Amino acid sequence: MSQAQQTLGMMRVGRVAVPAWLPPWKLGGPRGSDVSWAVAFLVPYVAVLVAFVIYPICFGFWLGSQADGYWDLFDNPLFWTTVFNTFMLAGVGVNVMLFLAFLLSGFFILPGRWIKALLVLFMLPWALPALPAFLSMHWMFIGYGGFLNSALEMIFGVEGPIWFNSYELAMALNVLAYIWKWMPFWTLVFLAGRLAIPQDIYDAAAVDGASGISRFTFVTFPLLANLYLVCTLLATLWAVADFVTAYFVSSGAPALETEVLATFTFRMIFDYGYVELGLAAGLVVLPVTIPLTILLIRRLQTTEVQL
Amino acid sequence: MSLALSDGLAARLRARAPRRPWPVRILLALLGFVLAFWTLLPVYNMVLISLSEDGDQFSGTVFPTHPSLEAFEVLLAGDDWYLEDFWPQFFNSFIMGLSTMTLTVAVGALAAFAIGRMGLRRGWLIGNASLVTYAVPASFLVIPFHRLMNIYGLADTLTGVVAAQVTFAVPYAVLILHQYGKLIPLELDDAARVDGATPTQIFFRVYLPLMGPALAAVATYALLLAWNEYLYQYVLLSSPRNMTVAAGINQFFDSDEAPWSYLMAVALVFSLPPIAVYYALRRYMVAGLTMGGIKG
Repeated sequence: MSQAQQTLGMMRVGRVAVPAWLPPWKLGGPRGSDVSWAVAFLVPYVAVLVAFVIYPICFGFWLGSQADGYWDLFDNPLFWTTVFNTFMLAGVGVNVMLFLAFLLSGFFILPGRWIKALLVLFMLPWALPALPAFLSMHWMFIGYGGFLNSALEMIFGVEGPIWFNSYELAMALNVLAYIWKWMPFWTLVFLAGRLAIPQDIYDAAAVDGASGISRFTFVTFPLLANLYLVCTLLATLWAVADFVTAYFVSSGAPALETEVLATFTFRMIFDYGYVELGLAAGLVVLPVTIPLTILLIRRLQTTEVQL
Repeated sequence: MSLALSDGLAARLRARAPRRPWPVRILLALLGFVLAFWTLLPVYNMVLISLSEDGDQFSGTVFPTHPSLEAFEVLLAGDDWYLEDFWPQFFNSFIMGLSTMTLTVAVGALAAFAIGRMGLRRGWLIGNASLVTYAVPASFLVIPFHRLMNIYGLADTLTGVVAAQVTFAVPYAVLILHQYGKLIPLELDDAARVDGATPTQIFFRVYLPLMGPALAAVATYALLLAWNEYLYQYVLLSSPRNMTVAAGINQFFDSDEAPWSYLMAVALVFSLPPIAVYYALRRYMVAGLTMGGIKG
């Protein structure tokens, strides 16, 4: 493509051929003082990266390099429950959330004044700080006298379960709380993606007779597929690292069974003083998160090349 | 071009609804009702508990039977053992949120400009390097961070916490800014350069004004990230005077007798600043969050 583009990009001005536009990588990089400017602009970013990312990561790897912690960890039955819980949140929960967010972005793009007004309200969980929201949920689901059970009693006359005494219910509440908090953000990202599809493409598709389902399968989805994948990767990485949900909604109840790896790490180190065990628990997710990050970086690069 | 983009978005967002057949309208209304209910339930619970009188919280009421503003009055005056540090801590949270927001936008915009628009050869690699932050769980990184802050002399300071928040906000900020920057034609920079503008002038006069929506989106994102975060504030701050609200809220959990109406009053007041900022910048958010991947 480079040759064709270069030829097309040449404009004749008088007798001299001037390249009207060349992609930056064809220019062979910036020259002279521009390099120093670019470096200067990158200094704060690189400083943050080195001082607060690379250095702590190396430090952390060095701390977590004692092998004893890992054997203790794998012998701990609670650890495997924790791994499963993390998977339920970051593997299952995140995908359900993104799928719903994708569908909802289709709802919110519909014309209509009340739908736009509803979007404003719908974004509230994202703007609401996580800590108060999750504390409120904890007290909402608390067995006796909590709001939900009181409401069930009043409206249906049934006695609700003691939510946090059951592993399944407590875990489900964690996942639901996470979805409640983060679904609006992803809905907005998908909405932005849908709005960025030029109307002409839809008009052209309409001329070709596409409507409804085929409009979605042949226009919307192919254009948003890459965005959807990038969002899935980012959301999964963020969910693996998420601490607040499990710590405040179920607080590990019943009996530390609903911990995720993030809270497990924290509790082992700060509550029980098993530092090696905690460090090991923090590092066991790396075989999952590193490939996901590499995939994410590759997807983002592909995007750039396609543009 | 980006201005045209936001105008186009505004027009499409403002478009009038066509007449829909009634079954569709009922279904849409039902969906809207479910969404509103789902969104507001925890917020309603918060208000309900904060309005109850002390000791009356879990009496099984669904509506406030004896609504009282006592919790808010005590909170305003700060005359309770649980609440005496609230306003200093609120101020700390505020400073921390604002600093995180400003620094993230500054660092992110400078980096995204250098990577995306100055034709650095391996620029995109540098831009992606920060995504490594997300590969290592934050709950693990907090331990080296804690020790590191002692080495840097930033233990128990807001600066240390801000550094942590900026670290986690910058990768996504660079991602969003870089993607949005692709919508702005490079020819603009070239034209400015032909007219003799230096890179700094291009940055301030061409790049930043056109990046408005993305900067607003990133600013909101960074502020909300700092306001949502709990772990680093809790671990890095130790003295009550230096604490933020998130770290200070922990004292409510030390006893079973804590007044939950006060806690929920704290929660509501604590929620106001990010909500205000979000709704102030809301108009730009949708345009700003546009990621690439679409041929625009």
